[in-house]
Amino acid sequence: MSDLLEGALQAFWLVFGRDPVLIEISLRSLRVTLTALLVACVIALPLGAYLAVRRFRLRRYVIAVLNALMGLPPVVVGLIVYVFLSRSGPLGVLGLLFTPTAMIIAQVIIIVPLIASIAHQALRELWSDYHDLLISMNASQGQRIRALLWDGRRALLTAALAGFGRGIGEVGAIMVVGGNIDHLTRVLTTAIALETGKGEFALALALGFILIAIAIGVNLAIHMLSGTEREGRW
Amino acid sequence: MKRLILGAILAATTATASLAEAMKLAVTTSFHNSGLSDILLPQIKADTGIEVQLLVVGTGQAIRLGEAGDVDAILVHSLKAEEAFLAGGYGTHRREIMYNDFVFVGPSDDPAGIAGANSAAAALVAIADARADFVSRGDDSGTHKKELSLWSAAGVVPEGDWYKAVGAGMGASLNTAAGMGAYIMSDRASWLNFANKADQALLFAGDPVLFNQYAFLPVNPVKHPHVEAELVEKLEAWLVSDTARELINSYRINGETLFTFNAR
Amino acid sequence: MSNLFPLSVEGALTRRRGRVLVGPVDLKLDPTGTTMVIGPNGAGKTSLLRMLHGIARLGAGRINWACEEHEAQRHQAFVFQQPVMMRRTVQDNLAYPLRLSGVKRAEARDRAAVWAGKVGLGAMLTRQATVLSGGERQKLAIARALIRDPELLFLDEPCSSLDGRATREIEEILHGVAEVGTRIIMSTHDMGQARRLGTEVAFLLHGKVHEFAAADTFFPAPATAQARAFLNGDIVE
Repeated sequence: MSDLLEGALQAFWLVFGRDPVLIEISLRSLRVTLTALLVACVIALPLGAYLAVRRFRLRRYVIAVLNALMGLPPVVVGLIVYVFLSRSGPLGVLGLLFTPTAMIIAQVIIIVPLIASIAHQALRELWSDYHDLLISMNASQGQRIRALLWDGRRALLTAALAGFGRGIGEVGAIMVVGGNIDHLTRVLTTAIALETGKGEFALALALGFILIAIAIGVNLAIHMLSGTEREGRW
Repeated sequence: MKRLILGAILAATTATASLAEAMKLAVTTSFHNSGLSDILLPQIKADTGIEVQLLVVGTGQAIRLGEAGDVDAILVHSLKAEEAFLAGGYGTHRREIMYNDFVFVGPSDDPAGIAGANSAAAALVAIADARADFVSRGDDSGTHKKELSLWSAAGVVPEGDWYKAVGAGMGASLNTAAGMGAYIMSDRASWLNFANKADQALLFAGDPVLFNQYAFLPVNPVKHPHVEAELVEKLEAWLVSDTARELINSYRINGETLFTFNAR
Repeated sequence: MSNLFPLSVEGALTRRRGRVLVGPVDLKLDPTGTTMVIGPNGAGKTSLLRMLHGIARLGAGRINWACEEHEAQRHQAFVFQQPVMMRRTVQDNLAYPLRLSGVKRAEARDRAAVWAGKVGLGAMLTRQATVLSGGERQKLAIARALIRDPELLFLDEPCSSLDGRATREIEEILHGVAEVGTRIIMSTHDMGQARRLGTEVAFLLHGKVHEFAAADTFFPAPATAQARAFLNGDIVE
């Protein structure tokens, strides 16, 4: 219990003392996860819409695989990415292992199935609404997907935020592919793991509180930004 | 939107390429937890201009990273694994730098009575006889390998529900031992730096078999042409220099010396 | 000059899960007029419209437009019984079909504003379509269907859930549409509406066109006993 109190206090001092190390790793956490989120959305949202709009033979299986991948342990993703990016792996020449880019790649793989799956669920409903109208208007496949993505953007925001949550709190994969190198790949979650390992529970908790605060802050910010734009439900 | 995405990707990739004189060194958790690296790295940067990026892992993983060419050199403490590493042609040579020692930590009331043991083997036999809880790293690390060799030297096969292999780093294992009130073998540095000591105390130390030799092994540039062989050479020269000797020998926690410089 | 007519339908039929929804249907339709599709619930009115429009798959037979089949749908528009409101503003709903055909955004929005005015939604351009009332939704759906200037407009019971005032407004719009020469095929269960708007009548029963005649002969003197009973308000089985 005293650890919690001490952690909260320490979090307070870290934040208000503008601790440079804290600022550095927090910004890196944000940069890695937001970049991964952006890339993941570019892949996952059209994929979700495509799965909603298009009936093809393997569709069921693709959806089943996506849903299964949502539960993929990040450390497994980390290992797979590690094997690919390792100097002795197929992509070793790129020299990406133990860089923020490697962490971004791992996070993209982790959150794409989550975002695509939630996006597909949401857009499937919208598509059942729009189906007759868009077919009647002779909209092409691409136009249908674009209409769903635009009109379903509120629901897609939720999908993206879920992806952000999974990414920012993730430690297993980025520990393996990032290596938790000070000033290069150390982020909030790996720093927490490190401090826990050192038995510095209060500091670890302090970083944890800051992580929670950042996650809540980003969620609120995005909701407020999107909320001012619309009056309706969507 | 497109420009935003491109910009983000660019920012993510260029930021990693900006460090000029950087090299990657895999070190063991126990070395890093000692806090010595926080003293050495800034001085290395100041003296040689090299930014040493530390990958803090177990000895097993450090060796794997070296074999794959994902780091430029390794600093570990497990003679057998090091020899296999060299025999496989993955490293150029092995340079001994310094040693510290392992200690046995346990609940301060010492139910197995190891405090009075006359050797490390006797202490382990006492723990096994008392069937007192013992936490093992169980992660194939240098410390884990050392522990296993001590058990086998003591003639005890560590088995049973009192023997807990947690499969974690030194810090996490110390946390577990503290939580359970169990015995554990730790390097002295990790133990002294460990903040969550709870009711645990250092009970046994000093047997020469507990000495723990750290060695520096450059990754073979013939196998992995991309390694920063020049920087590694500079770093090695620094690690065996008088500056390093001074810093290592004078590093203390709570007034205790942790490492003894013994490079030749 | 008509792209679509004369239309001849030969033995056309549509199924769902093996069950025939409507057909086989044989029909010949001229380029002018308003065809009212009437009949008891379940007779296949909606299915007939959807089949002609090409959004219900043809199970057998042929639908011969004057132009190529793949071009035909571009000259048509469909207003559904439950109008589909896109989750956008009134103006963007109206502009959407134009955007689909490649009209520039600014021009599409201008034309959308003009059409909103024509159907009495001029004051609601920036309102979300999903919060409109039933009558407003249906007017928006009709304007959206007309904005690409179709030759043929299908309407599936457009007034079925509207009050009298909204129904009259919609009928006024449809009168205007017919006057400029747009072909209308429309289903309804409101016989008064069928008399007011129709120039010809297709009376459907059990998925078939039971009687097809000009409105001014059908209503005073239906040829079949079932049509007579239906017009009398009797239950037709």
